[in-house]
Amino acid sequence: MTEYWRWKEHRWHDEEANWRDGELITAGVDVGSVSSQAVVMVDGELYAFSSMRTGSDSPESARKAMDWAMEGTGLTLDDVGFVVGTGYGRVNVPFSDKAITEIACHARGANYMYGPGVRTVLDMGGQDCKVIRCDERGKVSAFVMNDKCAAGTGRGMEVFADLLAIPIEEVGELSLQVEEEPPPVSCTCVVFAKSEATALLREGWPKSKVLAAYCSAMSHRVVTLLEQVGVEEQFAITGGIAKNIGIVRRLEDEIGIKAQPAKFDTQIAGGLGGALFAQNLLKKKLSAN
Amino acid sequence: MITAGIDMGSKTIKVVILRDTEIVGKSIALAGFENREAAETAYAAALDDAGVGMDDVERVVATGAGRGNAPYAERDISEVASDARAAISLYPTARTVIDVGAEEGRAIRCTEKGKVLDFALNEKCAAGAGAFTEAMSRALEVEIEALGQMSLASTQAIPMNAQCAVFAESEVVSLLHAKVAKQDIARAVHDAIASRIVSLARKIGFEPEVVLIGGVAHNIGFVDSLQRALECDVVIPDDPEYIGAYGAALAAAEG
Amino acid sequence: MKAHYGYKDGAGDFFIIIDTDKCAECEDRGCASACPEGVLEIITDDYDDQVAAVVEDHRKKIKYSCAPCKPDLDRAPLPCVAACGPDALTHSW
Repeated sequence: MTEYWRWKEHRWHDEEANWRDGELITAGVDVGSVSSQAVVMVDGELYAFSSMRTGSDSPESARKAMDWAMEGTGLTLDDVGFVVGTGYGRVNVPFSDKAITEIACHARGANYMYGPGVRTVLDMGGQDCKVIRCDERGKVSAFVMNDKCAAGTGRGMEVFADLLAIPIEEVGELSLQVEEEPPPVSCTCVVFAKSEATALLREGWPKSKVLAAYCSAMSHRVVTLLEQVGVEEQFAITGGIAKNIGIVRRLEDEIGIKAQPAKFDTQIAGGLGGALFAQNLLKKKLSAN
Repeated sequence: MITAGIDMGSKTIKVVILRDTEIVGKSIALAGFENREAAETAYAAALDDAGVGMDDVERVVATGAGRGNAPYAERDISEVASDARAAISLYPTARTVIDVGAEEGRAIRCTEKGKVLDFALNEKCAAGAGAFTEAMSRALEVEIEALGQMSLASTQAIPMNAQCAVFAESEVVSLLHAKVAKQDIARAVHDAIASRIVSLARKIGFEPEVVLIGGVAHNIGFVDSLQRALECDVVIPDDPEYIGAYGAALAAAEG
Repeated sequence: MKAHYGYKDGAGDFFIIIDTDKCAECEDRGCASACPEGVLEIITDDYDDQVAAVVEDHRKKIKYSCAPCKPDLDRAPLPCVAACGPDALTHSW
């Protein structure tokens, strides 16, 4: 049975770099409710990462993500000087030296990924949606996180992908294949929006139009969350839904600001920030000895 | 005098035919996507049930979320007004009405004359109404009618972290994977929605006698959780899902 | 920083907003004990400041947790807001 909501897991490491030449090797492990990432940095440069679906056991998922990130590099956990755990399951990373919230880690990670000019980060994850305002050092100046309601989260999108039997990676593109933007679905509640969508399908609406109506409602919902803390340029989007062009494009149109282009996989922002915090903490630890 | 009340609920349409204050006919139908048509069908069925013809009905009043789209009605009244009116008619000592429908939950405080003093709503969020228990019964793979009985067999209370029907469904799946007993999960589901309903009641400062109506009142597991959370028993009339329409029909009788 | 704890759902926006820069200057932190529902607690945040925060368990049901202090009629000033000396705490609803 095809699972339409399942995105592809992947890993990467820098084949040009040799970690053995590095001094400070740190890692950030981001265990989210839906996906987990492990990021390894060598002297403050991105070296390796993995991104996979979180299993039913958080410590197990953390271990698997870490092992996969290190695969093929010759690295073992003993070589890593400091590990920061973050995300929903941060207290469940058994090999971490410290737990730091995903808010702080995302700001720090975005600062690395998009540069010191980034001021507003929108992270749309599997089961939450957060907006973080930060300064030029990646320190948080305001944040709002919504993890109570599925609307505006990956899970909400998955419900729709499932309803329409479309692979999650194709949802965004398909939603843009409409001649005219239809009115958005009237309910933000995913359960009620799903009933509305079922009715629209019955009326003969093509899947692209239904998706457009839903993406329109969702992006508007996200904009109201953005307005809670205000959007200041530069603006960047991280997390899984950053890959959903249907949401991103509509969002940008509504706030009138373009999101910074991503040079790294947008899902690793949390883990990356964790690895950077780990680097500072490792330096402090070493200088204290 | 024969009057009729039409409750245009989000999920179901209920029609009640009254002779003075006595219910002589009723009918329920899924609202579907054409709620006006569904209401016409339900109305005809209710008339049939009462053994009266369309011309015998003197006045029709509508209520419910879709009342603007009701056929035959000469006017409409709010759900809270019809709930309060109906509750007092059935139970003169009623001072609080809790109405849990498919898409909305309400708590109403009323006077001894059936006038609304204050009310609070859970609206636009599936976690606050019957849609929640329905989604959970699907996740547990049981019929909604069996969910209540199942939860009464629970031996331990477990917390439910999710406050959203979509996230709760995932949580139920995780609990099942972790081999938590179905009856304990069922009870957690009812405790969760009961606490969201009780919060409404506390907001308006509920007072006995508390009357529970709406389709979810059929769920004995929910009733159990509700009474525990309220620390107070509730009275449930027969055919609790029809009480809104009954209130509208009473309003029609009063002119 | 301005920390917004709570959520937005189909029914509206329900957030307790804590300005941690102002909060860190507070001496007695009476807000946590002033709350009759135990919604607030004092934590050490990611930047090592002692600040008030909404207890994790309450964040997703804040509308319900705060409901006892927010009756429709005769609403008194909120105990948490009243207890906050530096004016660091506000409610969005």
